[in-house]
Amino acid sequence: MDYGQLFTNVLNEMLGPTAIAYALAAIGLNIHFGLTGLINMGQAGFMLLGAYGFAVATIQGAPLWLAFLVAITAAVIFALLLGLPTLKLRGDYLAIVTIAAAEIVRMVGRSTALTDITGGSEGLTGNAFKGTFQDASPFPDDRWTLGPITLATNTSNSWWLRIVGWSLVLLACLLVWRLIRSPWGRVLKGIREDEDAVRALGKNVYGYKLQALVLGGVFGALGGIVFVLASSVQADSLGRPVTFNTWTILLLGGAATVLGPVLGSLLFWGALVFVRGFLRGVVPPDVLSVQQIEQIGWILVGLTLMMLIIFRPQGILGDKKELAINAH
Amino acid sequence: MRAVACRDRSVALRRGGAGLLLVLLTALSTLVVGSPAHAATTPCSPDDATACLNVTVTVPGTGPAAGVALEVEGEDGTVTATTDDAGKVSVALTTAGDYTVTVDESTLPAGTVLRDPDENPAVVTVALGRSAGRIVQVVPPGQAPPSGQTETASPSAGPTTGAAGTDLDAGAEAEASAEASAGPGTNRYAQLVLAGTVFGVLLALAALGANLIYGTTGLSNFAHGELVTLGGMTAFMAVQWWDLPLWLAIVVSTAAGGLAGWLLNRVVFGPLRRRGVGVTQQMIVTIGLSLAMLSGFLFFFGARPAPIVSGISQRMQIGPVQISGQSLVSVGIALVVLAVVAFALARTRLGRATRAVSDNPALAAATGIKVEAVISRVWIVSAALASLGGVLLALYLNTTRFNFGSTLLLLMFAAITLGGLGSPLGAVLGALVIGLVVELSTLVLPSDMRYASALVILILVLLLRPQGILGRAERIG
Repeated sequence: MDYGQLFTNVLNEMLGPTAIAYALAAIGLNIHFGLTGLINMGQAGFMLLGAYGFAVATIQGAPLWLAFLVAITAAVIFALLLGLPTLKLRGDYLAIVTIAAAEIVRMVGRSTALTDITGGSEGLTGNAFKGTFQDASPFPDDRWTLGPITLATNTSNSWWLRIVGWSLVLLACLLVWRLIRSPWGRVLKGIREDEDAVRALGKNVYGYKLQALVLGGVFGALGGIVFVLASSVQADSLGRPVTFNTWTILLLGGAATVLGPVLGSLLFWGALVFVRGFLRGVVPPDVLSVQQIEQIGWILVGLTLMMLIIFRPQGILGDKKELAINAH
Repeated sequence: MRAVACRDRSVALRRGGAGLLLVLLTALSTLVVGSPAHAATTPCSPDDATACLNVTVTVPGTGPAAGVALEVEGEDGTVTATTDDAGKVSVALTTAGDYTVTVDESTLPAGTVLRDPDENPAVVTVALGRSAGRIVQVVPPGQAPPSGQTETASPSAGPTTGAAGTDLDAGAEAEASAEASAGPGTNRYAQLVLAGTVFGVLLALAALGANLIYGTTGLSNFAHGELVTLGGMTAFMAVQWWDLPLWLAIVVSTAAGGLAGWLLNRVVFGPLRRRGVGVTQQMIVTIGLSLAMLSGFLFFFGARPAPIVSGISQRMQIGPVQISGQSLVSVGIALVVLAVVAFALARTRLGRATRAVSDNPALAAATGIKVEAVISRVWIVSAALASLGGVLLALYLNTTRFNFGSTLLLLMFAAITLGGLGSPLGAVLGALVIGLVVELSTLVLPSDMRYASALVILILVLLLRPQGILGRAERIG
């Protein structure tokens, strides 16, 4: 078996748009859960709305900045819709409402009734909405090689997308780093630890929770944009499992840390590709088919999530004393 | 405006149905006149040296499609056959292996196309001494889902397609029950009310367990959908692989569910409770469990629909509505079991203890109730109910699939939230409402948004009356 090729694949996946998209989504989830203690089970809904917002706006002729703005606005409105009624209720109500709302977005998006706008269950092909983003690239259309990886500079799954994506991740991390140390971030952490105590200090807990939900949702939408810029908008590719993977990533890296979501995403995708590639190389295809090996990867993800919560809820970078997962 | 549009729609649908029937009748009559020999397909029975490949071609809601030519190709060479009046072809094969079934699309009843054109030709694995079945659904052109939808688990070519495994949710929403589609001679509204009630009763059975667990432990079990799938898949294996009769398959799957519930509590959740792990952590554990089990089902069974009973059960006309015998039996079983559970909760020792633990575990423990033993039995009963519900729902929906429980999970959550978290009677009421909403929403919404309407209700309930119909306000804290 070709280990060089395997490690090239692992490296490519770790640096690739999927890892970037999940890192952004996990950063958003970190603001929800790590900082504020909100159980958002619908992060995929934010990603999907961001993706639809961006793609549909671009197809309608919007310039790049407006398409980003539409995506972000969609996520903000979605967060307000979800947050206003439920943030006063107990934590697992928010969980059920967010997961249901994300499913509604997906079902409506893939519905045949909206085929003209969203493309139904076939979705929107990448070429329909990638133009403005690719045109914004300062690089010539070419193929570049860095180490073992050769990619197009601008088109689709490109260096340009990676540069923009990782810059977004870097900016998001800087923002979270500043927020954690700001008075605003300290209030959020206070809400996570003891909501009543914060309320007793005269803070508007509801308002802070809502702000956190909106901000985290916006990062989810940005993640969704990166996700679809590499492929296409397809409602079913941003369903419930995406949310669950994002949770695994966050808990793996360490909730309530700045770099935890990024580390989690790198490790998650690297490990997943490694396990699949390794099994494909070692196990003969008549014992396990390619699809079955793929499923083994997802079974391991599920088990990892269980094990993390049971044995190491603080993840790799987290501080166990800081993070007591309790719903409010 | 909306009402007018809706009436137009239903009229158009009814006309469509009548037209389809005409076409089918014509096809039937030409077949009978043209080639009477086809009517007498010799039935095939599997033995040690023979395998049967049964293919059924049907128009959902209308009935079997006769006169469809298909070709079976494999180790035994190529066999061509034409479906009989029951829409069936039974091919006897003497060599095990993979056979390719190709439906000749030009022989389909006029005005219909294959529902899943991507699955033609399809590969069916045949083993000696067994029957392998395949149902081909044909629909009027408008109802065919766009291609690619059924290929939920397409193999990913390279490592860059990291998202390939994430579209696990696709497909199953398209599964419509035969009950919901009005055949000729039925009143569409009455038919939908019936379909909604049937679906609601079955959903209640599946959802009741989740509510019992929530009531006694405060845990929202996200793996409950997979327990439903477990029931359906066990019944599928029992009938299709082990050749058990259906009633025994139902018993086996219920027992398998109970065993799974006991194991989960014993191995995972009991120890977590003893270590004082919070309910929210436990909920995330159930999510991991659900992901692992879902992928496990996909690993073992693939993404294809796995019908427990091949073939379509005969439909009976009762007043203005039609119902298949299979659904009638399912509902009967569900109602009996629901009644037994209600009686047990109200009158038996265990039932009273369960309710005491739901009310206040500490107080229950202080009065001498063994809380852990009660919770263990609640897990067993709850998972067994979910599995039984899974079998019955699979019979009602005509098939089961690796993700069929997980698509129902949120409907079950909607039902128990609507009825009142922790209230068993509420779960039944809530499920009935959800069942009716899901089916009746097809009057105004496209049918692929049926489940979405139930989720909208879930959110509205949380907005307006978070304790649900029968819940108590103090639970929502």
